[in-house]
Amino acid sequence: MSRPFPTRRHFLLAAPVCALLPTPSRATEAQVATLIAELVGQVPVQSGRITLDLPLLVENGNVVAMTVAVDAPVGLVRDIHVFADGNPLPDVAHFQFGPRAGVPRIATRIRLATSQTVTAIARMNDGSCWKDSVELLVTLAACIE
Amino acid sequence: MVRVLINVPKTVRRDEPFEVRLLISHPMESGQRRDTLGLAIPREIIDRLDCTLDGEAVIHMSLFPAISANPYLSFSAVAQRSGTMTITFSGDRGLTQVESVPITVV
Amino acid sequence: MIHGGTSHRARRGLADRSPRARLPIAATIALVLAITLPLTVANGQLRSGYDDAGPQTRAMQDDDTANPAFLWVRQGQTQWSTPTGTSQKSCASCHGEAESSMTGVAARYPTYDAAYRRPITLDERIEQCRVLRQGAAAEDSESDSRLSLSAYVGLQSRGMPIRIDVPPTARPHLDAGKAFFNLRQGQLNLSCAQCHDQLAGQRLGGSTIPQGHANGYPEYRLEWQGMGSLYRRLRNCLNGVRAEPLPPESAELGDLIYFLAWRGQGLRVETPAVRP
Repeated sequence: MSRPFPTRRHFLLAAPVCALLPTPSRATEAQVATLIAELVGQVPVQSGRITLDLPLLVENGNVVAMTVAVDAPVGLVRDIHVFADGNPLPDVAHFQFGPRAGVPRIATRIRLATSQTVTAIARMNDGSCWKDSVELLVTLAACIE
Repeated sequence: MVRVLINVPKTVRRDEPFEVRLLISHPMESGQRRDTLGLAIPREIIDRLDCTLDGEAVIHMSLFPAISANPYLSFSAVAQRSGTMTITFSGDRGLTQVESVPITVV
Repeated sequence: MIHGGTSHRARRGLADRSPRARLPIAATIALVLAITLPLTVANGQLRSGYDDAGPQTRAMQDDDTANPAFLWVRQGQTQWSTPTGTSQKSCASCHGEAESSMTGVAARYPTYDAAYRRPITLDERIEQCRVLRQGAAAEDSESDSRLSLSAYVGLQSRGMPIRIDVPPTARPHLDAGKAFFNLRQGQLNLSCAQCHDQLAGQRLGGSTIPQGHANGYPEYRLEWQGMGSLYRRLRNCLNGVRAEPLPPESAELGDLIYFLAWRGQGLRVETPAVRP
């Protein structure tokens, strides 16, 4: 019968492939903090009202299901901003609602380069700012093209 | 021409929120990747998307390279009467496209 | 292990020239059962790649309005009724509505083609039809147009169990496919069977090793960030073990794909599937 598998040789042969994986520059947590500070100005950012839904364990960072929702009538929401502090660029998306918007809830799929924290900020028309963050673990598929 | 699938309910109720789902065939090339020769692949993304209902805004989106390829976007709209929903998006390499779908209020 | 201890071991004797050729009587009976009754013997333990995918990936496949593969399916639907090539005929000109004429087709492919004297995949059959009957230009297997048409035709068999007919003349191709599946190759010196039979269900990196069935192609892969054919997936596998990649039209791949379908009999067609 065959030798035990995977052997050390398999890992050694696989290592150069891992070395070829892209290692892009990352947005820093500080950059995200700066962007949020520019967004909210002097207003304190409170926890609550906005909910960011992301899986805690990500199967493939190319496609991560994300839902962001604000617990308030849509007419009270000025806009929503989403940031990722471990991506090459910190911005993910901005959303602004119009008079024909239904509920303030958006679902999409995003890229996450690595394990990191994603933050959503809601600015309300009354001037208040709300925040939710998710820290998630991005695993890497073993067999890649 | 970018392929777009717009999914809305066949009929909706007046003043009741309904879900709009978009799938758009677009690479959302991030500008961060390199080809097999090591050359940077230029950014090619959709960076702006607007949805309106008979000219009135539903949602405005600014999108960045962190949005996955072949974007999926789901959001909520509300109608007072039957009309036309229009999706307008634009991006790199001069992309601009307009798609519409009828909204039927019962 | 896919087919359960005894039957699986017995099946291994199908093509290889191992000492297992001298099988005791009990094993011979098991061998006959395994060959004649693959559905009943294997069914309970077959796992689609869907079963080993994460909840998000499964959710994408479960909902056609969230499955990005439907961008290709809808294009394929348009192509079906669009005249093309020198004949200026569409698929629909001869085959009518795909919803009825193509039902079940993907569940019985690859099929042995007596004229070509080898098994033909559904994707190959469609391309033959396009080139020979419609007079259209040949296209790459990963072209949007081929993927779209294959996905649209495949969708018409979604949910139907795969059942492959193996006439005696096709037997050597099935055996060759099985031999290729069990052949250790590449710098890693690995066979398909070592991962997808013996280690299926275990973890490699962040993911579960699937049984390696081909019941959802063409499919949307998160890794590819797009749609791709089974040829592309197999090229990935060969690259993965650092072996020579094979072109789609190669006899080895044709036989392997035939064997893969036979091995996955009883699984349901999932085209267009979503996989990590």
